[in-house]
Amino acid sequence: MNTYATRTRNSRPEPFAVHVGLGERLGLAHMDWPLTIAAVALIAFSVFTLGQATQNDVPGDPNYFLERQAIYALLGIVGMVVLTRIDYSRFRELRVGIYTFLCATVTLVFFFGFAARGSRRAFELPFFSFQPSELGKLLLVLALAGFVIDGARRGSEIQRSVRYLCLGLAPAGLVFLQPDLGTSLVYVVATLAVMYFGGVPWTHFAVIGGALVALVALVLVVAPAVGTPILKGYQEERLTSFLNPDEHQNGAGYQQNQSVIATGAGQLTGRGDKATQTRLDFVPERHTDFIFAVIGERYGFMGAAFVLSLYALLFWRALRITTLSKNSYGTLVAGGIAVALLFQTFVNVGMNLGIMPITGIPLPLMSYGGSSVLATFLAIGVLQSINVQAHLSQKGRFAW
Amino acid sequence: MYLRNDSQPQGSRLSLRVAVAGGIGVVLFAVLFFRLWNLQVLSGDEYLAEAQNNRTREIKVIAPRGDILDRNGDILVDNRTSLALQLNTSKLPEDPAEEKAELVRLGEMAHMSLRKVRRTIAEEEEVAAGAPVTLRRDVGFELIAYVEENQEEFPGVTVERVFVRHYPDGTRAAHVVGSVGEIDKDELKEPEFKGLEPGDEVGKAGVEYSYDKFLRGDPGHTRIQVNALGEPTPGGQLVSEPPTPGSNLKLTIDGDVQAAGEGGLGARGLPGAFISMNIDNGEILAMGSNPTFDPSELIEPSQAQVNQLYRDPVLAPLVNRATESAYPTGSIFKIITALAALENGQITPDTVVQDNGLIEVGTQKFENAGGVAHGAVELRRALQVSSDVYFYLLGLDMWKTNELQEWAHKLGIGRPAGLDLPEEGESLLPDKEWRNQLYAEGLTDRPWSAGDNIQLATGQGDLQTNPLQMALGYAALGNGGKIPAPHVGLEVEDAAGRVLKEFEFEPQRKIHIDPGYRTAILEGLHAAAQEGDGTAAGVFGGFPIEIAGKTGTAQRPGHGDQSWFAALSPYPNPRIVTIATVEEGGFGAESAAPVVLDILEAIYDKQASEVGTAGGAE
Repeated sequence: MNTYATRTRNSRPEPFAVHVGLGERLGLAHMDWPLTIAAVALIAFSVFTLGQATQNDVPGDPNYFLERQAIYALLGIVGMVVLTRIDYSRFRELRVGIYTFLCATVTLVFFFGFAARGSRRAFELPFFSFQPSELGKLLLVLALAGFVIDGARRGSEIQRSVRYLCLGLAPAGLVFLQPDLGTSLVYVVATLAVMYFGGVPWTHFAVIGGALVALVALVLVVAPAVGTPILKGYQEERLTSFLNPDEHQNGAGYQQNQSVIATGAGQLTGRGDKATQTRLDFVPERHTDFIFAVIGERYGFMGAAFVLSLYALLFWRALRITTLSKNSYGTLVAGGIAVALLFQTFVNVGMNLGIMPITGIPLPLMSYGGSSVLATFLAIGVLQSINVQAHLSQKGRFAW
Repeated sequence: MYLRNDSQPQGSRLSLRVAVAGGIGVVLFAVLFFRLWNLQVLSGDEYLAEAQNNRTREIKVIAPRGDILDRNGDILVDNRTSLALQLNTSKLPEDPAEEKAELVRLGEMAHMSLRKVRRTIAEEEEVAAGAPVTLRRDVGFELIAYVEENQEEFPGVTVERVFVRHYPDGTRAAHVVGSVGEIDKDELKEPEFKGLEPGDEVGKAGVEYSYDKFLRGDPGHTRIQVNALGEPTPGGQLVSEPPTPGSNLKLTIDGDVQAAGEGGLGARGLPGAFISMNIDNGEILAMGSNPTFDPSELIEPSQAQVNQLYRDPVLAPLVNRATESAYPTGSIFKIITALAALENGQITPDTVVQDNGLIEVGTQKFENAGGVAHGAVELRRALQVSSDVYFYLLGLDMWKTNELQEWAHKLGIGRPAGLDLPEEGESLLPDKEWRNQLYAEGLTDRPWSAGDNIQLATGQGDLQTNPLQMALGYAALGNGGKIPAPHVGLEVEDAAGRVLKEFEFEPQRKIHIDPGYRTAILEGLHAAAQEGDGTAAGVFGGFPIEIAGKTGTAQRPGHGDQSWFAALSPYPNPRIVTIATVEEGGFGAESAAPVVLDILEAIYDKQASEVGTAGGAE
């Protein structure tokens, strides 16, 4: 405030005075505003949709999901702003601690987590149930990017690639065992993304790609054939039923079929409160995994395309930040976060539209859930921090 | 490797990677946008229709079938409401063991084995997947109460009110009214059942079958909104269209006459049949068959009932012996022989024949019943005392020509009678061509011979016909040459008794019968029934209404003599033909004639004198 006072007292500004405004102090001045707007618009749309579509879901409390999601949104936005102010480069120094914390929390849920639908994923806290694997997506990117930068001159290229893979796949494996197939896939993708932006040679990705194809074949075809299935029956069915939904009309394909019907029925402008598919329970998990079908049915192509556009904006701005970063660590972190967001968005929306398997990956900033909302906002906060630091270091270069 | 420790990433290589990542992002978003456009804008109509279909269930409201009334308006068949045990299979427990336990409990209550429960479910699911399965109709109230009190033990089990056919008089006119049942897969494809769905009830036999479209009615529909579990949602009734009950069907059957016939025939305790028909318009006043059945037993038959109803080829209670049997007729056939011979100039009514009790043709002997010689007889006398020799000679005269068969055919023997019921049996009028064909094929040991025609002349031999066909022949004689269209359907009425449709049954054809010949034959029949030593005078001698009648005693291979009696009443201007037959009933006058007497008494509402009742020498 003093600076403003100074400014008004003098008739003209001093030539070399540095004016620090409130925005600057909060770090908001160098925020990437399109990114912020996309994120806030998405969470606002989520709260709005939940408020309309889940009125009868919790008897006696029509605003149950709306209120909670709104609180998570506020907490998330606060967390984002706080992270914006922090120099993300600190996380590089803390990489070992972060990595240890990540592995510890996803391990502890096996012992202290509460079981829901046959899966231990979350700690039951007084206010909400905290799912460490959601925050883990961000933690993995922060830690792994640090390891990549740190190890850039140690060992051969192959040794380094193997090391990064192992570091990434360890927590992914733990999450897979919870079991949470979808989130573990996000871990794998985030690991690959960090390696990708870290400059791992293309040939290594070709090998990894080949190994992945072989692994999928092993898991889905070979292992069941020899009698030692790796996936649980429902997992395998969910993964493969989208290929032939008619055959699974009443089984795993049912959810997806109903989701596709709901989305299609929305037509161009949506059905509003006549959205019977989602209102009458035909679409399951409509506040979490299948919320995009709710949007599709209630608000039609216009609403759904608007939401998709916001995700496209989000991805573009995140990718843009990789190029602005003042250091490689920021590039890797931003790249990992951008690709993880793209992956989650595509897999979830694709699942809602019947072109991707059911993997239980929530739609970032749209699906109901405190852990997911908080973790996504924190990730966006890190992106903002990279952007802010780039500007502060005055090394921001050309960007699109 | 462009990375240097904590240095600025090298521009060009990073740019390439970012560009590739951005390109992938563009492609993925393009895929999602395209899919979204395709789903919502290009195919949105289809999905909207699917969503609408998803949320609504059409519940069919069954229409009660129309009542079946006799010609006096008395009820033969109506409906009662009954409770049916239904199962919504989608609500069965998912756990196989629990599901089995529930099905076992249900089976115990419904007196069905687990296998039968599962089979019923499988069968109904095959025709109407997803619809509730009717496990058993007509369950008792105590069972319903038990299920409702223990709902949690029986998830998915519901009780529906259904209409069940009710037969106030039990077996009355059972073969005429027939029965109903669920439409089967073949019937669903037929045009007459267009618009019906699996599980619908249609007529299966009798007038229930032939007049089904009048009796059936149209189901109503209620559209309700349901959620994903198929449960109705509050305020979800969208449209309601009440059912249109079926129309009532009035039959030509007279319940009193029918009862008399059934009582009379039933009292014989032997298989047999009777028919009584208006000879001018073909209205059937009474028609019955013994042994009979109670159609209500067909709704949910027990195993014992199934065995008795469906698996007894000898008694075969479901067979209508008045129309589906194949019997030789004995002497009641003689009027046809007489007509053929008269019309073809073989004889005049006054031609006298010497009856010595037998004739010999080649090596074969043909005797009168009991070997009695009747002496010189002309047509009337021959009919009165039932001289076989007289008719043997006529058969012999006509054996090379087809004249006897032509007349029999014209009078309705060995051809479909055109009855308005689905139950009409095969029949056989033996002729030269038929037997020679069999002989050519090596299926019989001899060609057509004089003996065959001699047998036919007295209603014996290979002749296989039924009371209905004989009734048509007697009707034509009685009315002077009209072959009426026999029928039991009179008119269709609405619930208030207003006539909606009257059935018109014009005579099928007319044949020329010389009035003089007709009179002569009727005189002979009148004498046989009510004069002096007429064959049935013992039965009808005291009956106050004058009738013309003929006894018949048919020799049926493998059986005792079959008793027949055919009557035209009143004499000399008859209006009604009444025919009865009793398997192994002995002489015509012995058992069939008393049945006819019972029927005629009911028709004319007159009591016969003591002489009449004494006739039934059993």
